[in-house]
Amino acid sequence: MRRVVVTGLGVIAATGKDPNTFFTNLVQGRSGIRRISQFDPSALSVQIAAEVPDYCPADHFPNKRLDLLDRFTEFGLVAARQAVAASGLEVPEEQQPRFGVVMGSGMGGAQTYEVGYCSLFAKGATRVHPFTIPKSMHNAAASQICMEFGAQGPSLATSTACSSSGHAIGTAFQYIKFNLADVMLAGGSESPITFGIMRFWESVRVMATGNGDASRACRPFSGDREGLVLGEGAAVLVLEELEHARQRGATICAELAGYGLSSDAGHITQPTIDGPTRAIRMALNEGGLSPEDVDYINAHGTGTRLNDATETQVIKNAFGDHARKVAISSTKSMHGHAMGATAALEAAGTVLAVQNGVVPPTANYTVPDPECDLDYVPNQAREIPIRAAISNSFAFGGLNAVLLFRRFE
Amino acid sequence: MDVTPKVIEIIAREQHLDPDAITLDSTFQELGIDSLDGVNILFALEEEFKIDIPDSVAQNMRGVRQVVDSLTRVLEGGDISDLVAMAKSDAQAVTTN
Repeated sequence: MRRVVVTGLGVIAATGKDPNTFFTNLVQGRSGIRRISQFDPSALSVQIAAEVPDYCPADHFPNKRLDLLDRFTEFGLVAARQAVAASGLEVPEEQQPRFGVVMGSGMGGAQTYEVGYCSLFAKGATRVHPFTIPKSMHNAAASQICMEFGAQGPSLATSTACSSSGHAIGTAFQYIKFNLADVMLAGGSESPITFGIMRFWESVRVMATGNGDASRACRPFSGDREGLVLGEGAAVLVLEELEHARQRGATICAELAGYGLSSDAGHITQPTIDGPTRAIRMALNEGGLSPEDVDYINAHGTGTRLNDATETQVIKNAFGDHARKVAISSTKSMHGHAMGATAALEAAGTVLAVQNGVVPPTANYTVPDPECDLDYVPNQAREIPIRAAISNSFAFGGLNAVLLFRRFE
Repeated sequence: MDVTPKVIEIIAREQHLDPDAITLDSTFQELGIDSLDGVNILFALEEEFKIDIPDSVAQNMRGVRQVVDSLTRVLEGGDISDLVAMAKSDAQAVTTN
């Protein structure tokens, strides 16, 4: 059976614009959530988000290239470049048909759509910019990454809301495992911090306002949690067949040992217990592990009342007695909920946790909730050897993705 | 009105090129302008001159001189049916080749 390993990471997020900074901030419990800076949010009732700080597109791309890039694609390319550089990957031309890209995004080029609609409906324009479609299509990030690195193998874009990049990484894992490819770039990118999308999310009534203290707005599993905070960014993993990685002497960060996916087929926004439980069991089963082998769960942990209580039940269901012993944390408390990029950010964080033997905390945890009574590693990181870890993604729409990472030795 | 300077200015701006490198005889191929770039330049010209350039005419533009000639005709508001017909027969010639 072909094994799949992670040989490189790239991250751009509110909590850091490279993997080391990202992980260091998570371990130190530093939140990247602040007042929105991309536009004036004064008219919104939710005025905070986890934005990539001090991001300047011209630092990364020449003008001609930028004309064709939505912000979500820029983030994807930035993360992919970091991941490829970190892995030392160079794919010769004859091997490029065995090299692919899978990228998740929930909203695609949302900013580009918004600009187009604004000019049509608000400004009365009769035509819009001809790059609107090639910039905004959901596969723009995946395709631009393919073009930049010559990835000519199995490639696609996934869009399953908050699970998008979990499914992207899982799909890429299967391509390697089932011998369709040897190397994959997989992850997700999202740029949903626009006036329109913030308004759309406000109306769902699941958003935290922060009440003047933005950095503490997102408090997953805490009794006083008030909702989720939107984030943005991208993360990309270099996935590689084990022997392929060994032959080129690549540094192996961790093994991707299992992938579980399921559908709730229940409610369009409310999660079930059964669906996510089956996804966790599927991932463990594929990796040949039992619940007791898992030392860390990177939770979906959005910080909404419903998700966190349900996820707690799911973990109890899937892990039995071990649920009370396993370390659980939600790093969304710091990097926010980056929608289609969030599972990739969390996968990167989980790989770094496994590699370094450090569990990042759930930041901003203040009071216990009787419905959330497990070990959420509140506020303080914990150094423990992590043999295996899972990263949960339970999306609106009930499409769940669970990734199982194992320490490589 | 000679639209040549404006056309060159717009092409240079949209392609991020030095305007001095563009002449009336430059072809799109020489300037590295692909089909998507061409659509972008047409959009910029339409916005600049507040006109509509028919798709059939647009498809026939393969160099600066053709852009200038077609644009001049459209701006003069005269009959452009021969341009359209020429573009169509040209397209047919391409497809039958």
